[in-house]
Amino acid sequence: MKVELEVETKKELLQGNEAVVRAAINSGCNFFAGYPITPSSEIAHGMAELLPKYDGIFVQMEDELASISAAIGAALAGARAMTATSGPGFSLMQESIGYAAITETPVVIFDVMRAGPSTGIPTAPSQGDVLQAKHGSHGDYPIVVLAPATVRDSYHLTEEAFKVAEEYHVPVIVLSDEIIGHMRESVELPKLKARDEIKFGGIKRLGIGLRKHITGLVYDETGMPTTEPEKYEKLLKRLFSKIEDEKLMKYKMEETEDAEILFVTYGSTYRSAKTAVKILRSKSIRAGLFKIETLNPMPERALKKASENASRIIVPEMNMGQIVKEVKAILCDRDVIGISSFAELTTPETLVRAVEA
Amino acid sequence: MKNVYTDLLRTEYLPHVWCAGCGNGIVLGVFAKAFGYTGINRDSTVIVSGIGCSGRITQYLNFDTVHTTHGRALAFATGIKLANPELNVVVFMGDGDAAAIGGNHLIHAARRNIDLTAIIINNSLYGMTGGQVAPTTPEGKVTKTTPFGNPEHPFDISKLVAAAGATYVARFTSYHIKWLEKAIAEAMLHKGFSVVEVIIGCPTHWRIKPPELMKIQKEKYRRRNYSSIHEIKPWDIGVFVREIKPEFTERIRGIINP
Ligand SMILES: Cc1ncc(C[n+]2csc(CCOP(=O)(O)OP(=O)(O)O)c2C)c(N)n1
Ligand code: SF4
Repeated sequence: MKVELEVETKKELLQGNEAVVRAAINSGCNFFAGYPITPSSEIAHGMAELLPKYDGIFVQMEDELASISAAIGAALAGARAMTATSGPGFSLMQESIGYAAITETPVVIFDVMRAGPSTGIPTAPSQGDVLQAKHGSHGDYPIVVLAPATVRDSYHLTEEAFKVAEEYHVPVIVLSDEIIGHMRESVELPKLKARDEIKFGGIKRLGIGLRKHITGLVYDETGMPTTEPEKYEKLLKRLFSKIEDEKLMKYKMEETEDAEILFVTYGSTYRSAKTAVKILRSKSIRAGLFKIETLNPMPERALKKASENASRIIVPEMNMGQIVKEVKAILCDRDVIGISSFAELTTPETLVRAVEA
Repeated sequence: MKNVYTDLLRTEYLPHVWCAGCGNGIVLGVFAKAFGYTGINRDSTVIVSGIGCSGRITQYLNFDTVHTTHGRALAFATGIKLANPELNVVVFMGDGDAAAIGGNHLIHAARRNIDLTAIIINNSLYGMTGGQVAPTTPEGKVTKTTPFGNPEHPFDISKLVAAAGATYVARFTSYHIKWLEKAIAEAMLHKGFSVVEVIIGCPTHWRIKPPELMKIQKEKYRRRNYSSIHEIKPWDIGVFVREIKPEFTERIRGIINP
């Protein structure tokens, strides 16, 4: 993500959830529907405060089923729309997320992950929703999943989410977690823009005389329902081909050129891995890290390349091991191990010990 | 044969999916006629529906149509209306769609008094899935999932939405098409949350011939004068509520531009 150079910046202490609000407004988001849930509520608070001042709409719906549905409806009517939630609410949203995917509706869903399943530990972080974000709705469908690791990422990946949603006509999920959402970091980010500096709103499909049918039933080229297997296959393949695009698959590499030990990370666990790499390098162990920013579609090719020289690949996650399975499948002939932590970050020391063991 | 309102239909997709003699087809025709009366611009109208036999109505209407998910039609419609208040938004739902899985959205749309027109097509059971009990099924009635008779009390949808804050509420049957037509037109022109409950029955799952169903509707349902919504009985039809109250879209926009 490029920061536009002419934008005025200054160092400030900002929370992840606050950065999301600023990025959303600066990106022209003018519709937010949500339902309160820890640890995402600050996003709703910020949007409730700002949206009215920017001629946008904030609405607290009766539940998350309604929140996502209202956001999709708003997007169809031309708003640039988002919602934000955490695990339990994210589960409730799944059916309509599939609807957004099949109807090609751009909408941004922010999930600030907390420990689950069920009510879990509402105040504790987790990366337990990764598989749900990628596959949580029924059936096959394309979706983009982004994973910020810092407050700075929270800003830039939110911006990216709105761009990608409209460019590819897909729902985009941003998976943050309690640590990133609540942590305050000293960052240098674009300031909140003035109203006339922002182009609000997205793609209109309603109210412009198209007289088209939009449906969650499998549909043919005319948009009308069909039950023919060939047409179903054609629709699915077209929907999936949209996101088979390397441009979408974001990642960062740090010290990977000569890395024998490669940490594959995403989200807040990136932070522990980064420190672990530093410690290991100081001990003359050639460690590096591959930070996945797009969890779906996965940057497979880049990951393969980055791990070429590594003898060991370590995937730290704040869950029982969700992405490690996919990494193992991508790097099938390699030594890949997962390290789990629960409701807190793995410490860099744990990661260092795993290498030295 | 082309008359004024067939232009409002996607006639190329007819014949429709409904069973012969089903009231959903009657509602489709009545709606098209009623829409003609209102003088509302077709291209600033969006028609939303949920899932069920009744939900299929959107595919035959030559408008901007949105066929949503089961129970959520009003939530989608709320987003559409809030994002563009210029749009005239009509929402078709079945009784299960509106009052069971979507019951929460129904009472909250009524509470907000958002300017949507909800047309609830009530066949007092789940038609699409094969005739199971619905929250509108009369006590004692045998359905696929109440083989020994329904042990539950039904909702009266009109009373429910009136109590929740809807500002226009009417109920008619698929027999009383003139009254129904007028009610649908009035509901569309009403500012606020308007509900038209249409009693249609379901010849297929009630195992009853359409003419007999019509006879029941003709003989049993009565229009009279009501002084309060509390008096309404299941066989009563008419316009039950007509009220002016601040509307949600205007209110929320008012917060922005005071
Ligand atoms: C979430 C979900 N649950 C269940 C279904 C299956 N389903 C389809 S239509 C329907 C009920 C339809 O009954 P009603 O809303 O009364 O409409 P009708 O078919 O009678 O017009 C059900 C349960 C579904 N599509 N989605
Ligand atoms: S099942 Fe009943 S409601 Fe559904 S189309 Fe047939 S008659 Fe109509």
